[in-house]
Amino acid sequence: MNMMRVKEIETLPRAGLEAIQLQRLQSLVHRVYETVAPYREKMDAAGVKPGDIQSLADLKKLPFTTKDDLRDNYPFGLFTVPMDDVVRVHASSGTTGKPTVVGYTAGDIEMWASVMARALSMAGVTKGDMIHNAYGYGLFTGGLGAHYGAEYLGATVIPVSGGNTKRQITIMRDFGSTVLLATPSYALNLADAMADVGVSPEELKLRVGIHGAEPWSENMREEVERKLGIRAVDIYGLSEVIGPGVAMECLDTDRGMHILEDHFLPEIVDPDTFEPLPYGEPGELVFTTLTKEAFPIIRYRTKDLSRLIAEPCKCGRTLVRMEKVTGRTDDMLIIRGVNVFPSQVEHVLMGVEGVEPHYQIEVNREGNLDTMDVLVEVSEEVFSDEIKVLENLARKIQVEIKDLLGVTAKVKLVEPRSIKRSEGKAQRVIDNRKL
Amino acid sequence: MRVEQIAVFLENKSGRLAEITEILAENGINIRALSVADTADFGILRLIVNKVDQAQKVLKENGFTVGKTTVIAVEVPDQAGGLAGVLKTVEAEGLNVEYMYAFVNKSGEKAVLIFRFDDMDKAIKLLQEAGLTLLSGEQVCSL
Repeated sequence: MNMMRVKEIETLPRAGLEAIQLQRLQSLVHRVYETVAPYREKMDAAGVKPGDIQSLADLKKLPFTTKDDLRDNYPFGLFTVPMDDVVRVHASSGTTGKPTVVGYTAGDIEMWASVMARALSMAGVTKGDMIHNAYGYGLFTGGLGAHYGAEYLGATVIPVSGGNTKRQITIMRDFGSTVLLATPSYALNLADAMADVGVSPEELKLRVGIHGAEPWSENMREEVERKLGIRAVDIYGLSEVIGPGVAMECLDTDRGMHILEDHFLPEIVDPDTFEPLPYGEPGELVFTTLTKEAFPIIRYRTKDLSRLIAEPCKCGRTLVRMEKVTGRTDDMLIIRGVNVFPSQVEHVLMGVEGVEPHYQIEVNREGNLDTMDVLVEVSEEVFSDEIKVLENLARKIQVEIKDLLGVTAKVKLVEPRSIKRSEGKAQRVIDNRKL
Repeated sequence: MRVEQIAVFLENKSGRLAEITEILAENGINIRALSVADTADFGILRLIVNKVDQAQKVLKENGFTVGKTTVIAVEVPDQAGGLAGVLKTVEAEGLNVEYMYAFVNKSGEKAVLIFRFDDMDKAIKLLQEAGLTLLSGEQVCSL
C-alpha cells in the first residue's frame, strides 16, 4: 500500500470509512459463517444470519468471542483456511495453561506489516530510520510484528530482541539507532543501564520511542522522554486481533491512539450488560477484524478498559482514537510484557504434590523491571526438617511457573494461614506497581 | 536408638520464635535443645522437648506447620576431638550429615551431639559398633 493511498484512507470522511467497514464486515461474516463451525453454531443459537448485517449498527446482533472460545477450539479450531494456507502461528498465554493460538496467511502477514508500517509512520518514522527493535522475538507477536512493519516501511531494522542490555547500548550507539521499539519498562531499564555504563543520551541518535505491550502511565512516559531524550509514544495491539499495530498514537495527539479502523472495527461495551456504548463512554474494548484471512475474529472481548474518542485529531486523521488502557475487567496481569493469570499459577501449584493452592502473587517494580513473587503456604504434607527439601520445592514451583507462564517468579514459602483471607476468600494478587 | 524431634516452619519475620517459646512455656513444655536453620526467606526451628506429642499438638493448634522426625543423640566427652571422632566414624562409610547441632549437659562434662543422617539406620549401627554412647529421648531430656 503506497503512502498516498494510506493518507487517503486515514483521512476519509467518516461515511466513506464506514462504507468500507460495512462492506468488509459483511464479507467477513459470510465467510466465517460458512467456514467455521463454532462461529456458525453461535450465530445460529443467537438467531442471526449473515444476511442480517445490513449496517454497522447490526454488529451488535453478532455473538461475542472470548478467550474461552479460543481455548475451547485450541489450537486451530477457529482458523478459516486450510493449514496449507497458514504460514505462521503465534501464541500467547491462556487462562488455564493452554496458550491462545493465532494464525496468519501470507496475505495476513502482508496486511499486518502494512498496518504496523502505518503505525510507525504515525510516530514520524520513515524509511531513513534505524529501528532498534527490542521487543521479544518468538511466539509473542511483538518482535516479529514490529520487525515486518519496519521492513515494510523500508527502514533498517535491528532485530536485537530483549536482553543483554549492555550490548544493546553499544549497538544503539555504534549503529546510530534513531527509533527504539521496546516495552516502556525495558526502555527505562536501558536508560538506567546507559547511566551505569556512562553513555549519555547525547551520544545516541535516538529520536522516538514506541512503547507498548504493557500498561504504563503518563509519569513513565515523562521519565522515558527525560532519561532518553526522546519522544515516547504509545502503541496498542493484541495477538488475538493481530499483534502490534492495532492502534497507535500520532505525534500531534494530546490523547489516545488512532485505531487502524479500516482493518479493526472497535466497539466499547458495558462490562456488565455488554451493551454497546456511545463514543466517549468508558467500557470494555471489543474488536472485530475486518480483513484477516486465517484467523479473523468477531467481536472479541479484549477485557481492556478504554474509551473511544471521536473528535477529529490535529493530525488530520479521521480514524477514531482509543484512550490509553486504564485497566482490565479480569484479573490478568502483564508482567514484563507477558500475560499472567492468577489461575495459571494456581494450576501449577495444584500440580505439585502436597502443595495447597493457598497462594498470593505480589507484583513489584524494582528499578524498571516487574518482579513477581509467589507466596505459597507450607502445608504439613510438604514440610520437612531439612532446608534442602523446602528449597527444592520452591525451585520446582519456580521452574514450572517459568515453563508454563514464561515468567521467572520468586517463590517464597510462607506459614500456613499467613496469606490474608477476606470473607473466606484469599486476595490473590497484590500489585504494588505504581503505573 | 532414636530421639524424637519436632520441626517448625518459620517465616523470616520478627517475633515468631518468641511466640513459639511462649506457647511451649504456657503448656509447661521444656526445651532441651534447639537449632534454627535459616535461608534468606524462611527458617526451620528444630526442637527437642520433654513432651513431644503435646508440643506438636499445641503448636499446630496455634497455626504452625509442625513435623516430627527422629534424630540421633550421641554423648561425647566435652573435649577437643569429640565431634571429630564421631564424624570420622560415619564419613568413612559414606554417610552424609543432613544437619547437626550440639549442647553441653548440666555438669559440663559431656557434650550431646544431635545428628540427622541421610541413612539413619546405618548411622546408628556404625556409631554403636564404634562404641559411642547413643542417648534415648528420655535420657536427653533428663540430662
